Amino acid sequence: MLRARHKTGLVFFPAFDWAISPTHPEREERLLYTQDQVFEEGLLDIEGIIEYKPDLVTKKDVQRVHFCVPDLWAVMTESHFISAGGAKTIAMAVMDKQVERGFALVRPPGHHANRVVHGARGFCNVNIEAIMIEYIRKAYGVNRVAIVDTDCHHGDGTQDIYWHDPDTLFISIHQDGRTLYPGSGFLSELGGPNAVGKTINIPLPPNTSGEGILHAIREVVLPILKEFQPEIIVNSAGQDNHYSDPITNMNFSAQGYAELTTLLKPDIAVLEGGYAIEGALPYVNAGIILAMAGMDYSHLQEPDFDPVKIRQSPEVSRWVHKTCDKVLENWHQRRQLADVYRGDYQLMNRDRDIYYDTDNIHEHQQETIRVCDSCGGALKIDSAARGLKHVLAMHIPRNACERCREQGYQWYDSADTTHYDKVYLQDRHGDVITEKSQAT
Amino acid sequence: MIIGLDVGGTHTDVVLLGQEGLVRQIKVPTNSSDLFATVLTGLEKITEGIDPIHISRAVLSTTLTTNRIVQGRIPEVGMIVSAGPGMDPELFRTGPHYHTVTGAIDHRGREITPIDEDQVLKVADSLKNKGIRYVGVVSKFSVRNPAHEVAIGDFLGDRFEKVFLGHRIAGQLNFPRRIATTFLNASVYPVHKDFFEAVVNSLATKGLGMPIRILKPDGGNMRFDASIDHPAQTILSGPAASVMGSVAFAPKDEACLVLDIGGTTTDMAVLVNGVPLLDPMGISIGDHKTLIRSLETVSIGVGGDSAVRVMDGNIHIGPDRLGMAMAYGGPVPTPTDAIFLLGIGDGGDPEKAREAIQSVADALGTDLQDAANRIFEQACRTILDEAGSMIDRINAKPVYTVHELWEGHRLQPRQILVLGGPAPWFATGLERLSESRVTVVPRWTVANAIGAGLARTTCEVTFFADTEREIATAPEENFTKVIPSAYTKEDAINATLDLLRRKAIARGANSEHLELEVIEAMSFNMVRGFYTAGRNIRVTAQVKPGLIHGYDPIAEKIMDSSFT
Repeated sequence: MLRARHKTGLVFFPAFDWAISPTHPEREERLLYTQDQVFEEGLLDIEGIIEYKPDLVTKKDVQRVHFCVPDLWAVMTESHFISAGGAKTIAMAVMDKQVERGFALVRPPGHHANRVVHGARGFCNVNIEAIMIEYIRKAYGVNRVAIVDTDCHHGDGTQDIYWHDPDTLFISIHQDGRTLYPGSGFLSELGGPNAVGKTINIPLPPNTSGEGILHAIREVVLPILKEFQPEIIVNSAGQDNHYSDPITNMNFSAQGYAELTTLLKPDIAVLEGGYAIEGALPYVNAGIILAMAGMDYSHLQEPDFDPVKIRQSPEVSRWVHKTCDKVLENWHQRRQLADVYRGDYQLMNRDRDIYYDTDNIHEHQQETIRVCDSCGGALKIDSAARGLKHVLAMHIPRNACERCREQGYQWYDSADTTHYDKVYLQDRHGDVITEKSQAT
Repeated sequence: MIIGLDVGGTHTDVVLLGQEGLVRQIKVPTNSSDLFATVLTGLEKITEGIDPIHISRAVLSTTLTTNRIVQGRIPEVGMIVSAGPGMDPELFRTGPHYHTVTGAIDHRGREITPIDEDQVLKVADSLKNKGIRYVGVVSKFSVRNPAHEVAIGDFLGDRFEKVFLGHRIAGQLNFPRRIATTFLNASVYPVHKDFFEAVVNSLATKGLGMPIRILKPDGGNMRFDASIDHPAQTILSGPAASVMGSVAFAPKDEACLVLDIGGTTTDMAVLVNGVPLLDPMGISIGDHKTLIRSLETVSIGVGGDSAVRVMDGNIHIGPDRLGMAMAYGGPVPTPTDAIFLLGIGDGGDPEKAREAIQSVADALGTDLQDAANRIFEQACRTILDEAGSMIDRINAKPVYTVHELWEGHRLQPRQILVLGGPAPWFATGLERLSESRVTVVPRWTVANAIGAGLARTTCEVTFFADTEREIATAPEENFTKVIPSAYTKEDAINATLDLLRRKAIARGANSEHLELEVIEAMSFNMVRGFYTAGRNIRVTAQVKPGLIHGYDPIAEKIMDSSFT
């Protein structure tokens, strides 16, 4: 009988009745051929590959991560409760040791969703990985988590959520932001003053193939993971680095994705993007499932696979190597970089404009973080979406020190509700989610 | 009148059903080394003194093919498999005569690599030289496009006695299961054909010319001639017979649990509004996972004659049966002995039952009454716990749409129907230990044979249309059609129901009382670039398992005459 070497959980939720719009890449059809391939290959019959029905996430699961503007019901649809719930279900199966590893093959995706949510950007409303991670931190006491985002687009939402968290290592490998949405994820983006170096971006040039991506995994990601020693490794498993993807320019293959998964050994993988729904997804997903389960995937191949056609040029290789060297250098110097960055500041500000391409929303954010040596730091976000709502949101991290807790409450208590549509407090330390506004 | 015959491990139950209800019921011992004699004896005895002209059919549920597969008593079968990229097809090897050949088709049914005729012919020669007479042919995604299987079948021509093509066996996607199912069909084909031809011929010489139908594990029957192309659909029909025997007595507006408690095992199933739940994939037999449609049933090793042992101060019941209860001269204590001691039932030698329970009481360090109580309670509790787990598993089955997940209701049966030899005895314990209403199925000892007799003809059609490629196929039905690009889901549903109607009638259904049901109908816009390039439509429809039209008066009479 066919048996998986690693007991692997799978949530497969193709949401066959949900689309952003009828011709949008994020539509009903997206996982149809993946389902056909997975079913026809008989992957769900393999002993040790266990399919789970997704649970729904709760309101609190979402609010632990996000400030939803104006409220949760405005940004969540049924399918978001399910796709985040699918990730949570898999994480619970892994944490409860029902399985060694798990893959949430769900849609809609989430890695472009920031902490503050006014609407959808990059096809994402809420960050399903972050909701999952914060749930297992709360329920299972997990502390150190590494997220490796292998989607072709920079995982800017996940980066935003963990920007100040020294206990979360966020690594994003993606096509260079100068050539692709969302236009961020550069080498210089290293994390906030309390978590310098815990955000790592590996922007790769267009036309990078398996050679380059696997080089980054072997030479950069694995050594850094080894040093960081996470309790859990999460892979945001976007599949749009594939050579046939219609909205990106990379040259990765199904074999490459399977090998990446074998090397990375993620405890939990969560599907993100990937829109070559016929030519790539059926094969990439089958490859990832087999690799997670520790099974042979050497016979797996796209019908039009031609290694010569997608081989990367020497110029691309040089660029990849240079980028990887620089990433490692930053990692090794992260303490010095932090000192230089923080200077003598007690509070530091960040001012930025965020564009929601999916919903066409322009948000302006002013962020204030308390510089802190003992925790992630109290965080205040003043967020105004043009023509929509203006809110103030306070975040007190899980392991907050007393001073940061005081700072967070002081900000919240003194916030003048006449200036804002809503004022939020997310006190992760005290497990308090609350809000106030003029009307109440 | 209709004959229902159900071959069990120890007994074969036969009933004769007429408008007046249960006309006659008999039990004959099952001779597993000569099922032919068993079946023939059963049919002869039940028809003694009856004018065959009044018998419209005999529906048989046998263990013939099941036993052959489980015991590995099957002929050598050749398999020719074309897989293309994906899982290594070597992983699905069925035996020594398993050959993989070139050829690949993708998930939409497009050819990637053609079949190589010379290679196929070489394989055919080699199989022929080894004396192989039965061959299965399977290609990956053949249910999207059967061209490769058909081509290989054509190359084989008439060199072999029977060739089974995978796409004619089942419509669902699952290549490894299609291989296993095709293999099993080829494997049991000769024994099935010979057996039933012999039955039909013997009956004919005795002047019993009634048509023979065969029960399937999905609780439906098919005509004997239709079964020749689907012989593996006769496996594991026993539990289905019992479930069908309880259908007439199930509530029509809620879910209920069916427990068939036998000597060795208890089979469990679920009826929702009187309709049995089907296993979404297919039955498993031995190491073979198949695409053979089946009722969702679970069998556990607890029954009236299960061996009772005391280990480390704990009672263990089953999973084996070493013989009858000690009260009937068996070798070890059983739940039946406990039942007799407690006075819940009575039979056999009371002294022997006492002796049986005394040995358990001694090992437990307790008195007779307590030991008997504990054995009986544990048997009942184990059955209820396992039934609970089955319900949990059914409720945990994944769904793939927001609607189903959001609206999906949980199955919570509040009634239990019990049948099988010790049914009334166990019912008292089940009633006490569960919160459900417990009912004993009328004529509980032969309800299985009644179920076989009254089951209707069932079948299923899987239909697939791709308007971009302008094709529609229902591979099992050998149906392929060019369709216009404007083809809609409604067109597909109509075509599916039409195919289903024809299939059901060919398999033996009553054309005037067909209950067709669309199980699934989905249409996906296929968007390429910014334009809708076509629609990908999938429809599945079935004749769901149930009782033949006009069974009500029969069932009522059976009910009236119960417990008499």
